[in-house]
Amino acid sequence: MESVIERIKKGNFSHFHGGIHPPEQKFLTSTKPIASAQIPEQLIIPLRQHIGQAGKLIISVGDKVLKGQALTTIDTPMSLPVHAPTSGTITDIKLMPIPHPSGLSEACVILTPDGDDTWQPRKICPDYKLLSKENILDKIANAGIAGMGGAGFPTKVKVSTLSKIEYLIINAAECEPYITADDLLIQEHSPTILDGIKIIDHLLSPTNILIGIEDNKPKAIDALMKATADIDHLQVCVIPTKYPSGGEKQLIQILTGQEVPSGVLPSSLGIIMQNIGTCFAIADAVINDTPLIKRVVTISGQALEKPQNIWALIGTPVGFLTKHCGYQNNEKQHLIMGGPMMGFSLPTDQIPVIKSTNCILAPSEIEIASPFSSTSSKEVECIRCGQCADVCPAQLLPQELQWSAKAKDQAQLAKLNLFDCIECGACAYVCPSQIPLVHYYRVAKAEIRQQKLLDIKAEKAKVRFEARKLRLEREKIARAEKHKKAAEARKARMNSGTAAAKSEKSAVADALARVKAKKAQANKAIASSDNNKENPATEQVDSGKSQVANAIARAKSKKLAQQEQAQLDAIDTQQDNESPSSLATKQIEPVVIDKKAKVAAAIAKAKAKKRQKETTANNTDSNSESERNDSATTQSTSNKADHETIDTAVTESVNAPESANKTLDKKAKVAAAIAKAKAKKRQKETTANNTDSDTDTNSESNSESESNDSATIQSTSNKAEHETIDTAVTESVNAPESANKALDKKAKIAAAIAKAKSKAKSKAKAKSAIKSESDASLQNVETSTTKIEPSQEPMKNAEIEHETSDVQSKVNNNTADIDRKAKIAAAIAKAKAKKLANNTQKSSSESSKQKLQQPEHSEIVEAKAKNLEAENKKARVAAAVAKAKAKKLAASANKSTHSE
Amino acid sequence: MAFWIASSPHNHQQSETSALMRLVIYATIPGILAQWYFFGWGNLIHIALAVTTAIVAEFTVLSLRDKKITSQLFDGSAILTAVLLGISLPALAPWWITIIGSIFAIAVVKQLYGGLGHNPFNPAMAAYVMLLISFPVQMTQWQPPLSLLAMDIQFNDTLAVIFSGYTPQGYSVEQIRTHIDGYTMATPLDTVKTNLTLGLTVAESMNSPVIGKHFGLGWEWINAGFLLGGLFLLFKKAIHWTTPFSFLISLFVCSFIAFIISPDSSTSTMFNWFTGATMLGAFFILTDPVSGATSVKGRLVFGALAGLLVYLIRNFGGYPDAIAFAVLLCNMAAPLIDQYTRPRTYGHDLGAKK
Ligand code: SF4
Ligand code: SF4
Repeated sequence: MESVIERIKKGNFSHFHGGIHPPEQKFLTSTKPIASAQIPEQLIIPLRQHIGQAGKLIISVGDKVLKGQALTTIDTPMSLPVHAPTSGTITDIKLMPIPHPSGLSEACVILTPDGDDTWQPRKICPDYKLLSKENILDKIANAGIAGMGGAGFPTKVKVSTLSKIEYLIINAAECEPYITADDLLIQEHSPTILDGIKIIDHLLSPTNILIGIEDNKPKAIDALMKATADIDHLQVCVIPTKYPSGGEKQLIQILTGQEVPSGVLPSSLGIIMQNIGTCFAIADAVINDTPLIKRVVTISGQALEKPQNIWALIGTPVGFLTKHCGYQNNEKQHLIMGGPMMGFSLPTDQIPVIKSTNCILAPSEIEIASPFSSTSSKEVECIRCGQCADVCPAQLLPQELQWSAKAKDQAQLAKLNLFDCIECGACAYVCPSQIPLVHYYRVAKAEIRQQKLLDIKAEKAKVRFEARKLRLEREKIARAEKHKKAAEARKARMNSGTAAAKSEKSAVADALARVKAKKAQANKAIASSDNNKENPATEQVDSGKSQVANAIARAKSKKLAQQEQAQLDAIDTQQDNESPSSLATKQIEPVVIDKKAKVAAAIAKAKAKKRQKETTANNTDSNSESERNDSATTQSTSNKADHETIDTAVTESVNAPESANKTLDKKAKVAAAIAKAKAKKRQKETTANNTDSDTDTNSESNSESESNDSATIQSTSNKAEHETIDTAVTESVNAPESANKALDKKAKIAAAIAKAKSKAKSKAKAKSAIKSESDASLQNVETSTTKIEPSQEPMKNAEIEHETSDVQSKVNNNTADIDRKAKIAAAIAKAKAKKLANNTQKSSSESSKQKLQQPEHSEIVEAKAKNLEAENKKARVAAAVAKAKAKKLAASANKSTHSE
Repeated sequence: MAFWIASSPHNHQQSETSALMRLVIYATIPGILAQWYFFGWGNLIHIALAVTTAIVAEFTVLSLRDKKITSQLFDGSAILTAVLLGISLPALAPWWITIIGSIFAIAVVKQLYGGLGHNPFNPAMAAYVMLLISFPVQMTQWQPPLSLLAMDIQFNDTLAVIFSGYTPQGYSVEQIRTHIDGYTMATPLDTVKTNLTLGLTVAESMNSPVIGKHFGLGWEWINAGFLLGGLFLLFKKAIHWTTPFSFLISLFVCSFIAFIISPDSSTSTMFNWFTGATMLGAFFILTDPVSGATSVKGRLVFGALAGLLVYLIRNFGGYPDAIAFAVLLCNMAAPLIDQYTRPRTYGHDLGAKK
């Protein structure tokens, strides 16, 4: 069998099926030289001019750019940059109609040229062989070169193929009527084109290079023959003129006799095809460091006075070019971008020239009285003449496709290989019934694509739904487990708690053990394993601590455990109530819990060891961050910001006690307690607010990321709704809780004050302590109340606010009272504790009353109330302990006071 | 200033279905002229009748179906159908045969199936077969060539016969058909068939006056006329060469084989080609794109099948000519043929190619 090359040398070519011979009309432009580029008043540069994604925008409105400066950069493998075709100012970046059959609008950079046409500095590289292949590929990619024949496939992707290339085919067939852009380019620039071919040769080292050119371009053939005479593995193949021999698959078949299997890239057969214009652009990019900013465009048609080829800057509006060629603005303008066979009509003449624009056609009405464009179509029924099938280069059955397309029979369309249609238009060209066949195929293809998208979406939704069902199931089980464990733990804790109260001697050891146990429980309850970081810190805290510190820590951790439990319960019920709720519930709740837990933990630690606070705070942060990663949501930076707020809040609270610490060693604890209590309160509020803003931003970012997905938009909005509900719930949860905490804190503070007093070596010291405390705390209280006030304002629960501020003032009054006698102080402390307990109940009942309006939350509130009672008990116990201690030490305290 | 929005391709080779139909109608002229020359005015009158009826029927149905009347009425397909029917009918058949036939062809066979492009059967042939089955007497009253007639019938005589059954002189169709020697004349195909049953050889039948010098007095020229018209259509690329080619070859091969096996009881290949409606069928009826196969391969099969059927029916069937039956049978087979003769799409089943 003779080889392909031998056959080609003999001038024997294979044939593809069908094909037509429409009137060529190339004489209109083929004899005139290419006119040089004119700079229009405004350039419209679409960010995406190829198949793939747009690059990342790196300029902004108002920037001055130089000719050849990149406007976008590559950020994905299929993205290509675009460049400023001339120097000027970026005046706008907006959606503009781009060259697309549907008149689609996409983001475009509007460049107002300054007329200077100043180049950015260029590095001329006379010998590309000195460059590495990667370097050349980079240059090709950064020049933004995409296939210039029509499709606009990124050239770098094509030429960086790893397959062994047997044939490099340079497509110069230019089979469409009217178009002479490649013809003229070859005639005028064959040396540069040859450089481009050599560069691709260098990159791919193919066995053979074939240049396919139709025999209707004698001058171009001559020029090519002359230019390529000295390359022996290159053949200029002069093929008979027939439309669509310039189609990739058709040209491959003509030259190599091979058919490209459906759905396979030619490179898998060892064949790469490049347009001749692309070769020119490659040479320009690699050697002259000139990005793809202009191209040859054929402006033709009998409605023009001077049809010609023009070097048009990318982004030049079509109207500018047609005006330049003497287009009369008659009543009915018909502008076609591309050739008469495959081009599309333009909706306005403000469509820009892009990288793949090879022709603008302005036909007169006699010339192309397109039968499909008149309002009353001349289309008649298909008579099954089969002429369309005779000319179809893809050997399809256009008439059957057309029936199925009209009947929307997608299965049959697939069977008839609709997607192998190259939309060449040959069938519609010959159809005697003048059926716009290609139009039917386009519509059918679009419908099928749409259907596929919908199918995929439905499939995804199904998977998502299933996963969610599974997860909810899992969570339900996990919750049940947790409930059980927590209940057991509570029981154990109660028992051990009373035991500890009874046996004071083993208090230290017990406390240590208990604290650890409770921490562990609390951690378990949160069901997050990442508290490991905290544990060593806690141990450090615990070791070498005084009884007081331990007691406080113990009391606190107890409370924390309870609160967490309460919260978990609340959230559980909430989740149960809101079974149809969305992912958002999941996303927010753990975060809230974690934050609460962590903030609380951080404070507990802060109390124990002030120095470690900051690190703990950091831990909290990192924990919550990892937690967020776990939940695998699209929580944006706003979350981080929120965490930062918490951090600062914590550090603030840390700073406050620290400064107090400097002035008074032990008394400071009291002040610190108050300060911290306030800080906590504030934090909680911020947390509440944070949750608020979290959810807001979440829903926002969600809806943003999914706004493309029309189907998910609804679900997102649903999500958003759910989220608002959730926030409302969490707020309401937070509100009573913050009240609880506030009240608890009061109790604790009282206890702490009592303890501090009893521990005080002298009355005067105590006095001054309390004074300073009252000073400090007054300061603190004042400042923090003022701080609290505004932060509380956004809260719905105005009454709780009142309550807390009442309590606040009471605390202040009481501390003043305590000033006088330690004993009385202890008594008052006790009384206060009781009072506070009452208040707690009151406030909780009040809040529950409020909450009753929302029946679905009443359960939560009930749970809350229960927990409140439990907490009150604890508070009372703590107070009792404190009182006992205070009594014991009262005498010595008194003594020292007297001595002082 | 409005911009035209159109779908590609923007140019078109300017061929139109109606032009195609017109071309086919023009191409029937040589055959009709021959018919007129040898058989008188009868068929012309029938054609005129059929066309008028067809247009009225088409108009009525189109307006009932709310279709664009002007464009579809004059797309030529109804007229072509009527012309073909008029050509095929016996020259002296009564007028109502034509009317019924035309109405049936247009209203039932074409429009009831969805109009142009949707009819599974060739309307003219379906109508012909319907008439043949329903009115066998009228449909077999073939008029012999004028030269063989005992009397000289003019245009007004023919008109009178068609509309009243009698010439102005009072002769019935039967009397017209009677040879000077007193026997009723039939078509050449009929004659051969009858003679064969009478025990005569084909060679002996060829001496019958209706057959004349070649294959049938007048008939050979009519067929030559249609062949001429067919070649003109081929030249104009209005029809594809495949169907007539494979039909004629198939008919040729079948008769040739039969002739070799038993020359006495088989007619010659050329007799088969040039009698009856062979050429009309080959170039004007089987090539009807609507009811035929679409792909080249399919058409080859379609034509070959038609040739085989024509031969079989002519020789073994009960009816003397077989084109109409063969065409209808092939029409039925066309979708199946299409189904199994799909071309291999570019880039698909590459293994099968090798
Ligand atoms: S447009 Fe499609 S169906 Fe029509 S001839 Fe081209 S490839 Fe075939
Ligand atoms: S060319 Fe037109 S009329 Fe003929 S078969 Fe194809 S679609 Fe039908």
